[in-house]
Amino acid sequence: MSEMTYRDALNLALKEEMRRDPRVITFGEDVALYEGSFKVTRGLLAEFGEDRVRDSPISENTIAGVAIGAAMGGMRPVAELMTINFALLAMDQLINHMAKVRYMFGGQVFLPMVVRMPSGGGSQLAAQHSQSLETYFMHCPGMRIAYPATPADAKGLLKTAIRDDNPVVFIEHEILYNSKGEVPEDPEFLVPFGVCNVMREGTDVTIVGYGRMAVLSLMAAAELEKEGISCEVIDLRTLNPLDEATFLKSAARTGRAVVVEECWRTAGLGADIACRIFENCFDRLLAPVKRVSGLDVPMPYSRKLEKLCIPSVAGIVEAVREVMAASY
Amino acid sequence: MESKLRELLSDAELLGFYEQMVLSREFEESCAEQYTKGHITGFLHLYSGQEAVAVGTTAGLQKEDYILSAYRDHAQAIVRGADPNRVMAELFGKATGICKGKGGSMHLFDPKLNFMGGYAIVAGQFPIAVGLAFAAKLKQEERIVTCFFGDGSMNQGNFHEALNWSRVWDLPVLYICENNFYGIGTVVQRASALPALHRRTCGYDIPSEKVDGMDVIAVYEAVKRAAAWIRERQRPYFIEAVTYRFRGHSMADPATYRSSAEQEIWRSRDPIPNFAKRLIDEGITDQAALDEIDARCTARVEEAVRFAEESPWPEDSAVWEDIYV
Ligand SMILES: Cc1ncc(C[n+]2csc(CCOP(=O)(O)OP(=O)(O)O)c2C)c(N)n1
Ligand SMILES: [Mg+2]
Repeated sequence: MSEMTYRDALNLALKEEMRRDPRVITFGEDVALYEGSFKVTRGLLAEFGEDRVRDSPISENTIAGVAIGAAMGGMRPVAELMTINFALLAMDQLINHMAKVRYMFGGQVFLPMVVRMPSGGGSQLAAQHSQSLETYFMHCPGMRIAYPATPADAKGLLKTAIRDDNPVVFIEHEILYNSKGEVPEDPEFLVPFGVCNVMREGTDVTIVGYGRMAVLSLMAAAELEKEGISCEVIDLRTLNPLDEATFLKSAARTGRAVVVEECWRTAGLGADIACRIFENCFDRLLAPVKRVSGLDVPMPYSRKLEKLCIPSVAGIVEAVREVMAASY
Repeated sequence: MESKLRELLSDAELLGFYEQMVLSREFEESCAEQYTKGHITGFLHLYSGQEAVAVGTTAGLQKEDYILSAYRDHAQAIVRGADPNRVMAELFGKATGICKGKGGSMHLFDPKLNFMGGYAIVAGQFPIAVGLAFAAKLKQEERIVTCFFGDGSMNQGNFHEALNWSRVWDLPVLYICENNFYGIGTVVQRASALPALHRRTCGYDIPSEKVDGMDVIAVYEAVKRAAAWIRERQRPYFIEAVTYRFRGHSMADPATYRSSAEQEIWRSRDPIPNFAKRLIDEGITDQAALDEIDARCTARVEEAVRFAEESPWPEDSAVWEDIYV
């Protein structure tokens, strides 16, 4: 184990997988010479050279499409989209192509590719640069989606993503890049897809989150412990495959659940998770499931307003208190 | 001594160009300071070095012409007439900002000035510019649409689709490429198959030219000519203004990918002192008068900062306003 940042853990995963398999290549805007706008690809050009680490033009749809073609052609590309907001320009290749190719060609082809994209709000980047679009991807079958919350998961999930033979959308949270944690040094350390991380065990209420929302949930749980409320905090880790069993079992046991999502509330992934809990645990629930969500507004720039739009520790604490106070 | 400048413009207009460039520079340098102090947050892309493009272009247009831009948009808005107080307040996230603090640095907008927005998705402004031109044409208005963009944005599908469309429908769009040679850290030769950017329009049968973007008069003359041409023929035209940003891509960028030799060459071509020298050499003004303008601009920007500091934050309820009509 060694302590490192989420950023360095991702960087290490890329380096280890590129050393292990010469078919692993990476490209995107400013990933090579500039070493990534969030410096996740630092040192890759120097170690692996220009063929395997390349800067692309500002052409997101083609970044995604070239990754599909390269994967079809026998490589294992890791494409970077500078942020998830720009993935909207690549939705044609990601949704119409990447997610469809294998199925519509009758399983005759597979796409071992990863598309990395930093995501999330909270840095006053305003409406076009602060979106949480995870639900957009989760809605569509045909791709895996990983979203690490901790440095260890950043490393382990990215390595699994690169070794997976399915296309993987890999979402990283911009605010987590500097967060620190213990990360296994073992180059065979992998975090499997489809297995939630029970970050904290508890008996009164289940909090389900992912990415930065899992981190905030953990902080909220620490606060709530002082009030004598025991929270079980579950990080989904991968939105596809979705490890339903773990959070359903937990919710059935605690009888109360709060789902924390960074995306917009309306038709967001939290509604899906809450619905699964209602569908499967209805008779075990002591209170209705609650969602803590991003506000249904385009993100305002002003930090005073931005704060109102993103789930906070205080907001999660409040929601848990409400769920504890409620009953059927 | 006879003056070439005086054949083109009045002394007041020439000094106005100087003042607008200085005001833009002062504004940007003040933004950098306010960012360091934490008053401005988020992304901050400064325009220092490129002033001749905004000033020359805006002067070559009519007031009713639309202007659109990207995220490096402060100078373009201010030169167009936006109140520096309200632009600075926007950057501070205050309720008095030009977009009520909701847009920030990258998203200035003022319909009264026909300044139709700064957009932060690279190349997002192209199709919108074409749509505005379509509306102007349908309404049989005289106006044209000017679309500012960077060299890096020319590799997006949006660029190619918009150029083609505007020629197929023959719409009055003036494309102003600000070629500062870099899209963040990627130099133009490494991203564009044809680094002579103005030549890329031939595939869409759109005439184009290259102009010295460090020379406000050269930009002004080119834009004036192009705007008249567009107004008369109702067809798109393309100008590549070759320029340089003196700072990093944004405040977060140390810009280590540019050699100091390269930066020095471009610093020596700074549009402001070079234009000042020309004004003095041609006998239009003297240093004392220019110093007075400089002092006026500094005071103007200080006032903007004061206004922004003293302005109130938006009410929390504002978060729900302006989503729907
Ligand atoms: C669709 C999209 N992709 C990527 C980005 C990130 N980005 C912001 S500015 C920029 C470079 C643009 O360069 P250029 O068009 O030359 O404009 P300049 O910054 O030089 O004015 C990039 C890649 C973005 N904002 N939008
Ligand atoms: Mg540029």
